[in-house]
Amino acid sequence: MKPQEMVDRILKADRRAAARLMTMVEDQSELASEIMKDIFACTGRSMLIGVTGAGGSGKSSLIEHLIGRFRKDDKKVGVVAVDPSSPFSGGALLGDRIRFQKYSLDDGVFIRSMGSRGYMGGLARASSDVVRIMEAMGNDVVIIETLGAGQDEVDIIHIAQTCLLVLTPGMGDDIQAIKAGIMEIADLIVLNKADLEGANSCIQSLESAIHYNLKKDKDVWVPRVVPTIASSMQTAECEGIEDLYQNIMEHQAFLHKTRRIDTVHAKRIEQELGLIFKDEVEKTVFAGLKGTGKKREYIESIIKGNNNPYSVVDEVLSTFLRTEKLE
Amino acid sequence: MSRERIKVIISKVGLDGHDRGAKVVASLLREAGFEVIYLGMYQTPEAIVKAAIDEDADVIGVSYLSGEHLVFTPLIVELMRKEGLDDVLFVAGGSFPPEDIPVMKEMGIDEVFRGGTLTDELIRYIKENVRETQE
Repeated sequence: MKPQEMVDRILKADRRAAARLMTMVEDQSELASEIMKDIFACTGRSMLIGVTGAGGSGKSSLIEHLIGRFRKDDKKVGVVAVDPSSPFSGGALLGDRIRFQKYSLDDGVFIRSMGSRGYMGGLARASSDVVRIMEAMGNDVVIIETLGAGQDEVDIIHIAQTCLLVLTPGMGDDIQAIKAGIMEIADLIVLNKADLEGANSCIQSLESAIHYNLKKDKDVWVPRVVPTIASSMQTAECEGIEDLYQNIMEHQAFLHKTRRIDTVHAKRIEQELGLIFKDEVEKTVFAGLKGTGKKREYIESIIKGNNNPYSVVDEVLSTFLRTEKLE
Repeated sequence: MSRERIKVIISKVGLDGHDRGAKVVASLLREAGFEVIYLGMYQTPEAIVKAAIDEDADVIGVSYLSGEHLVFTPLIVELMRKEGLDDVLFVAGGSFPPEDIPVMKEMGIDEVFRGGTLTDELIRYIKENVRETQE
């Protein structure tokens, strides 16, 4: 497939072209960044919802019901679902798709599974590119599901406009609820499995935690706690899903009314720029050293005690920047 | 050059509730460095092929343990042809009479693995026969 053909086909929502480009960005192919230049221009209009939380909290099952709710409005939905890659073999078992079976034949839904491939932060390196491709395909809503996140996997805030943190009862006391990290990033806290014992006291701790942190600014979004019961039974309805949907829409309306959405867009681009810079500098400068045999030399000199990593980076970067300028 | 990560769909199909084999194979492939998209039970040929398209999978692996292999194999092959997935490997595992294997291959399946297959054999087959990087 020629690059221009690929772009044209993706803009017409061609699944195979989109799927292939997603693989290319995952594999960090050179050609992919060329194609992404054209894709980028056709993005930025979709609603981006992030869903994070611990493994087994019910993220995927909730997302299945959210897909259903958005499909009722005839919205096209994309889902990017990340699961962890093995630190040993590099392999992965991507098991989110199994929860979305209701929509496995729906042409208005595009689901893509991703292995994290060693990338930290709860997403994969290429997640933001895959989201861009889904936007270019014309998906009105893109839902991004992180891998089972702990306390510090918070990269989702750099992509998503509305961030859902999924918790379940019995995951800890009110001190857990006021910790930094993942607890701070939620626009909506979803207490899933709210039929389990302890749900009510859990809602109370979460609500008081939100109250402690409340800034007195009147234009501030106050996170809300939404109880749900998302069953993996295919026939079952999800209790609380309508309430969750309404809250998502209210948060989106808030973002647009207060123009916070501009800040969200800017932050997303800043994050993408940072990632691309880091990769490109590593590829051109660091990987470039390898070919010249210089890298080995530097390592030897550091081992011998004649040099240290900080000075080496200073030296390499300053030489590189100087020659680049001269050209 | 092979893909950076080979992607494999592992699925059951039809009314077949015996998923232990599929889970074992999925774990073994994960351990061998593959990215396995596990679809689970009660899938249709349409859902399997659509998942392979969206996930840009290199291999479709189906587990048959309820004697429906001669029914579903041609359906999956036909759909794969219709969707142009000519470069995607289609393999099956499970228990079937040895005399059915040539029939399945005639129908268009790439390879069949019966009980007793060694892990190494399966992994080597995929690595040797998977499509090359395409752009």
